[in-house]
Amino acid sequence: MKTYRKNDVVRIALVLNGQPRSGTCEPRTLLSDFLRQELGATGTHVGCEHGVCGACTVTIDGVAGRSCMTLAVQAEGCSVDTVEGLDRARKAASEDGLSDLQEAFRRNHALQCGFCTAGIMMSCSDYLRRNPDPSEDEVRAMLSGHLCRCTGYTNIVRAVLETAADRLGKPRAPGARPDEPGHAAIGAAEQARLVDA
Amino acid sequence: MKPQAFDYARPDSADEAVALLAEAGDEARILAGGQSLMAVLNLRLAQPAILIDISRVPDLNYVRAGATHLAIGAATTQGAVEWRAQLATEVPLLAQAFPHISHFQIRNRGTVCGSIAHADPSAELPLALLALQGEVVLRSRRGRRVVAAADFFQGMLMTARSADELVEEARYPLARAGERYAFEEFSSRHGDFAVCAVAAVVGPDGIRLAVGGVSDRPRVKTWPRLAGADLEHAINDFAWELEAKDDHHASAKFRRQLVRHLGATAIQRAST
Repeated sequence: MKTYRKNDVVRIALVLNGQPRSGTCEPRTLLSDFLRQELGATGTHVGCEHGVCGACTVTIDGVAGRSCMTLAVQAEGCSVDTVEGLDRARKAASEDGLSDLQEAFRRNHALQCGFCTAGIMMSCSDYLRRNPDPSEDEVRAMLSGHLCRCTGYTNIVRAVLETAADRLGKPRAPGARPDEPGHAAIGAAEQARLVDA
Repeated sequence: MKPQAFDYARPDSADEAVALLAEAGDEARILAGGQSLMAVLNLRLAQPAILIDISRVPDLNYVRAGATHLAIGAATTQGAVEWRAQLATEVPLLAQAFPHISHFQIRNRGTVCGSIAHADPSAELPLALLALQGEVVLRSRRGRRVVAAADFFQGMLMTARSADELVEEARYPLARAGERYAFEEFSSRHGDFAVCAVAAVVGPDGIRLAVGGVSDRPRVKTWPRLAGADLEHAINDFAWELEAKDDHHASAKFRRQLVRHLGATAIQRAST
């Protein structure tokens, strides 16, 4: 059994985007604050701090959840992934560029101010692994856990569906925007990893 | 936002968890998925002295389909049950209710037993448990007791649980031959708290209708196989019995109308 007293300064070790990291906090420290303030991973944004807006969504052991509704001590020893790690597979392969999901968001203008985007990406990265070929209704239901005040969601839905189609080698929806110049198409191995994982 | 400071314990077994509860009693809160509790703590609506985190207790993390019911352990997330391939045949009402519960990201961490222990009057899982005549297993250092859903939910955030008891398991009865099930909900936006939610169970012997979001707890009514005007009157009487109140989400009158409309729709869907 682990026990911490309320005034203890606790050292928490976890794996952040594949890297072992550790930092200190109190038992009451939220995972969102721990990531940003202790580990300097400020890609995860903090909005409402009571689970409504979705901006702080990260994956914990692969499962998307709110980091503002999780204590840092609860993530002890877990594998936490944030927006900073999305292009990890490309970096590991010594490639430049964004992940396929990020590319799709850029291509479709699926973000404007970008505040909500990091959380949406982390939801998508979990959801598309579990449901690789979602319907538009399913994508909209999944996105209902995120508030975006800029885009009106249409482009976000399009970007998610396009990512799913690309990973399965299916044609994109009619009217899809072309890849940007300099965009390196996602490799076959990476594509397989994302679909199978 | 920061919650008020608290001690934190992460037991490795249900035995350790109930031993801690026995010591701390009222001062303790059980933390499982945290999807209700963490919001309450962040907003400082509660200031417990100690949190007992059962989310990693292996002997509380299970879903077991027995002969009569689906048993769901205290550490099991809603997502784990929702993504169960056989759920729609095992407990069809639950499969219909899950999409209405908040959002994907919340169900991933929120637990079934946590929602039942929290007993929000508009929550879907207590409503489904009541409609199916399910049970709650309470465990303390003194032993275990099994409480019928109808006796468990006692009021707004009030249950039959004593301070030293852990909601160890929820038991959702499996689909029975000849029975059909329907779940309907109205909320302002998808995933918001239900302004009114209903669950209907229609079998050869009768109709059971449970309503959430209107009274201070989910409420249920059983009728023989009524139809036409008789059924309409019965639902209308039930809508008035619930003593709906006006609040900033909806008027009492609108809630009664939702009970009539959603109730009739659900019964109709479960009858055909």
